[in-house]
Parts: sequence; C-alpha cells; structure tokens
Amino acid sequence: MPWNLSSERPIFSQIMERIQLDIIAGRYQPGQKLPSVRDLAAEAAVNPNTMQKAFSELERMGLVYSQRTSGRFITEDTALIQNLKAELAHMQIRDFLNKMKDFGFQLPEIMELIQALIEEEESHERSDAM
Amino acid sequence: MSDLMRCEHLTKYYGSKIALSDVNLRLESGKIVGLLGPNGSGKTTLIKLINGLLVPSQGLLTIAGEMPGIKTKAMVSYLPERMYLGNWMRVNDVMDFFSDFYEDFDLKRAMAMLDALNIKASDQIRHMSKGTKEKVQLILVMSRRAKLYCLDEPIAGVDPAARDYILNTILTNYDPEATILISTHLISDIENILDEVIFIQNGQIKLQDSVDNIRCRQHKSVDALFREVFKC
Repeated sequence: MPWNLSSERPIFSQIMERIQLDIIAGRYQPGQKLPSVRDLAAEAAVNPNTMQKAFSELERMGLVYSQRTSGRFITEDTALIQNLKAELAHMQIRDFLNKMKDFGFQLPEIMELIQALIEEEESHERSDAM
Repeated sequence: MSDLMRCEHLTKYYGSKIALSDVNLRLESGKIVGLLGPNGSGKTTLIKLINGLLVPSQGLLTIAGEMPGIKTKAMVSYLPERMYLGNWMRVNDVMDFFSDFYEDFDLKRAMAMLDALNIKASDQIRHMSKGTKEKVQLILVMSRRAKLYCLDEPIAGVDPAARDYILNTILTNYDPEATILISTHLISDIENILDEVIFIQNGQIKLQDSVDNIRCRQHKSVDALFREVFKC
C-alpha cells in the first residue's frame, strides 16, 4: 500500500514525519532494525533517493543510526524519543491554539471548552460502563 | 559527478518544422527523471535522438561520452511508445530474442517478473490484452542491466492497479547507478518516484529541477505547477 503523502510539501520531509511518528508511537521500538531503503521505498512507492535523504536527516537528528554492515536501527536513547514526543505535542497544541484564536476565542474560553469536552466524554464513558 | 547524458545545442527539424530547438541538457547517473510536456512538445523526438533512431539536425548528444551508435545501444534500454513485438511471437521467443540481442539481459529476472504476473512462456503476444503487452515490454526493458532507461509513456495504456505494479517494478528493479528517463503526461501518478523533472514545451526546455525543490519553493505539486505553466 503506497503511503498517503500530500502533494504540496516535499516528499522527504513527509517521510521523516511518518517515521518519527512510528518511533514515538512505539511502532518502531528503540534499537529495532529498520527495513532497507529499497524495501521501504518500494512500500511507500517513492524514489529510493528520497527515502535515503529522509534516513540521512533522521540520522543527523540522532533518531536513527547505521551500522556499516548490518543496516539501520532506531536509537536506544529513550530520552531523545521522549523529547521528540514532547516537541511534536507542543507543535500540535500551538497549531490548535492558533486556529482557535483565528476563530476568535480567547485562552480562558478555550480552556473552558476543553474542560467541558473532557467532562462530556467522561460522562459518556461512565454511562457506557453502567 | 560526470554526466551520463549531455545535449549541447541539440536541434531537430522535420522538414521546415522545428521539433527540438537548441536544447542544452545534462542527466546524472542514479536519478529517476520525468520528461514532462504537452502533446507535441518534443518528448518522443528527444528520446528517439537518445536512441539513435533520429539524427540531430544540429548540435550534439552524447551518452557516457559516446555519440549514439552500437556502443550506446548496449548501455541504453528503450521502451518505445508503440508495441514492436511480432504478433506471432510467444513469450519465450521474445525472451530468446532479447537474450541474443543484449548481453546485459537478465533472463532469470525477466522470468521471475512474468511469473509474478501469471504470464506464461507459451503465451502468444497475439492473444494478449493491450495492458498485458505493455507489461511484457516493460519487463523486457527493465530486465536489462542498462545505464540509461528511456521509457516513453510507460503507463498510458494500463489500469491504475497495473500502473502501481509497473511503478513498483521500476522502483525495485533499477540499479542505483542507473538513470531512468520517463516521459509522460500522467504526472500525479509518478510524481513521488521522481528525483527531478524536465519541463519541455515547443521543443525547448522550460525547467529542470528536483521535485523536492519545486515543492519547497512553490508550495505546490509538480502536477499543479505543470497545469499552471502549460495552461491552455
């Protein structure tokens, strides 16, 4: 199944984001071996050079390391993975807040809306449990 | 890096009509390149010049430093836009044909690919659908260990599922040192597998750039850029 890539943004950065997501979500475990550039490029239906570029960037960030003969592996530095996770969470929240401000909401209102939504979902869960 | 293919002031006339006009172009090794342009823009003319099927009116074209000829034909694997295999042939005849003609033809690889598509050695070309014929031709062309592959409209006549198979065949069978030049106007289908694109219009090169550069700078897909540049 080719990966679902948006057509407006560079392909290699989308591939990087996808692999980053797989790492922080634990689909790739620390120390796990990655598929070869060729195999992953074929799976994603992208050019192997593009996949290579994404891997090189991930290596530069320290998320992936290569061992000359045996291939590429996910970092075992779990602190680095946690940092990345926090960073991506911040980005998401910032995007969300900016969008809400575009809608005309102020921060206290946004917090109230979030709180209300959480309570609503919790009450649903409680009634489902009964 | 040395150039795999070079065109200098390459010009081709058909009678008084100009098909290619002062084209300067360089292709490096190890790239998948899209040759994109509207109908009649000169794509097939360029590919035929690369393959020595046409002779330049003016200018120069070299492949690994050689003018098109016997030496370059051993390096260039060509998929024409048209079916050229004899209707009377069976798949195994065609395989023999290619084995005899091309030293770099990998029969084992071709057989494995045919097998994956359920095409039998005893199948006759005559009885194949258009799409199956195209697949057989592509398998032949991609089973050579060439330096340069020229694919003229390789996906035009096949359904989307076969298109995926063909693109996958291209991706999994090419040697990282080789370059593939693909002419098409079905850009969105192949955009993700291209390193760079060449836009050609009225026999002139409008642009040569990497797909990621185009997306970074223009914030749009190559397909969208094409529609803008070649708006009718």
